[in-house]
Amino acid sequence: MIDLKTVYYVADLARIRLSGEEAKKFSAQLTKILSYFESLKEIDTDAIEPTSHVIPIKNVFREDLLKESLPQKEVLAIAPKRKGPFVKVLRVIDTG
Amino acid sequence: MELFQQTAHALLSSLKDRKVSPQEVAASLLERVKGLDPSIHAFVSLEGDFETPTAFPGGSLPVIPIAVKDNICVKGRLTTCCSKILEGFKPPYHATVVERLMANGVYPFGRTNMDEFAFGSSTETSCYGITRNPWDKERIPGGSSGGSAAAVAADLAIWALGSDTGGSIRQPASLCGVVGLKPTYGRVSRYGLIAFASSLDQIGPITKDVEDGALLLSLIAGHDPMDSTSAERPLPDFRQALKKDVRGIRIGVPKEYFTEGLDPEVGEGVRQAMDTLKRLGAEVKEISLPYSRHVVAVYYLVATAEASSNLARFDGVRYGLREETSDLLSTTAMTRSKGFGAEAKRRIMLGTYALSSGYYDAYYLKAQKVRTLIKRDFDQAFSGCDCIAGPVSPTGAFRIGEKIDDPLAMYLSDIYTIPVNLAGIPALSVPCGFTKKGLPIGLHLLAKPFAEETLFQVAYTFEQNTPFHEQKPRL
Repeated sequence: MIDLKTVYYVADLARIRLSGEEAKKFSAQLTKILSYFESLKEIDTDAIEPTSHVIPIKNVFREDLLKESLPQKEVLAIAPKRKGPFVKVLRVIDTG
Repeated sequence: MELFQQTAHALLSSLKDRKVSPQEVAASLLERVKGLDPSIHAFVSLEGDFETPTAFPGGSLPVIPIAVKDNICVKGRLTTCCSKILEGFKPPYHATVVERLMANGVYPFGRTNMDEFAFGSSTETSCYGITRNPWDKERIPGGSSGGSAAAVAADLAIWALGSDTGGSIRQPASLCGVVGLKPTYGRVSRYGLIAFASSLDQIGPITKDVEDGALLLSLIAGHDPMDSTSAERPLPDFRQALKKDVRGIRIGVPKEYFTEGLDPEVGEGVRQAMDTLKRLGAEVKEISLPYSRHVVAVYYLVATAEASSNLARFDGVRYGLREETSDLLSTTAMTRSKGFGAEAKRRIMLGTYALSSGYYDAYYLKAQKVRTLIKRDFDQAFSGCDCIAGPVSPTGAFRIGEKIDDPLAMYLSDIYTIPVNLAGIPALSVPCGFTKKGLPIGLHLLAKPFAEETLFQVAYTFEQNTPFHEQKPRL
């Protein structure tokens, strides 16, 4: 059961603000979806390794070579707020 | 036959023989799109691509246009995943597939509609509105690559690129009566594909026939240093596979796929396709994939967990929408609340929940373990057959609005396509008939990892011996 409190808690973790109506809808829908997922509990997986990736690749390295990067001007141009050569963000440290 | 109706391989030979110019092809397509797309809405933007046919590159070189799904980066052109959160986004680089196509004279023509961030099976969650199925405009085209499939089916595009995380190429291809392929995980570079679920996503072709599918895969596949999960495997000329027939090919038919939930007309269409393949010399036998009934649960835990992590990057700082308030936290939350649609929020929430402290083991880790069992099912099945066949979608195209308020019903429509992504294997949809209402049915063919040639071999033999791919919607 995904109650309203859980919905708001998860929304907060996901950095999403929900309206009261949205939260109510998600509570009902997520409860239904998660109860469908309960069938997985029937399966004994104690001795089973998890699969996070299907092809056996790990630690892919490349030569440490100097290469041209994307032009700064073009990359900055897509940021919604910028100042000079920087992307502008809001204050993250409280100076008070 | 009009130029816009042709396949890429047919056009390519006319272009090489200088019987037709690239500009004539572009003009023919542009006129078709302008006349017909207002009633289909396969495209979300044509900006910069082909405002005038003479702007089409190539001069006298054989240049062919391709429609590109809106989640594949084309430098300097709108690429928005059909989401408000990427409003106005123009990537500063090309996806590797786009780079490779352009180097071979294949140029982007239009961005196609899709479910927001590829979250959906009906193309109804796009922020630009719905796409209509060319076979019945009151029905959905499938999704998430619904725009690409509808464009190819309605001759609004010669061919198209889609992406497939749980069926998003094959299901719309099936519902629109065209050919769609999800390559083996790692076969095609994901660099420049805006990520949904990184362990499942693949870019692939949506085409009018199997030969174009083989040609397009040959152009986009291969190792790419920009994608650390792209496989270093030899790259065959996939068109060579078309020369072989199906004599001696062992086709396994999972008994779990012909049970409740499958529309009898679709089941009948697929069974008749098996009979055709048998008549053509294939050996058809029943197999079992015991974990089939758990695939939807596993997929919607793994895929949403990966999506919630991938979509954390949309915070209004480096690109896209920004809803500025006085502090950082509420700016991020307001930006995401305004930018994401309902299904995107639902999936982010589901994934965040599955990964959250206290629930990780019960949901995410459990799903990853059952994923191992699903993959083992396929390993075992393929020890006794070369190819697996079944339905792509449990029903023909459903009505617009039919499932949009019932997310679980929508998720269950992916039941046959999902296991392919979980196991990382290649699979293809090829037209195999029509329902009584005249809606296309697709035959689903699955093969071992990196055995796309088997898929092309079986699908091409089937296609060349059946009339279904020649039928076009009346528009």
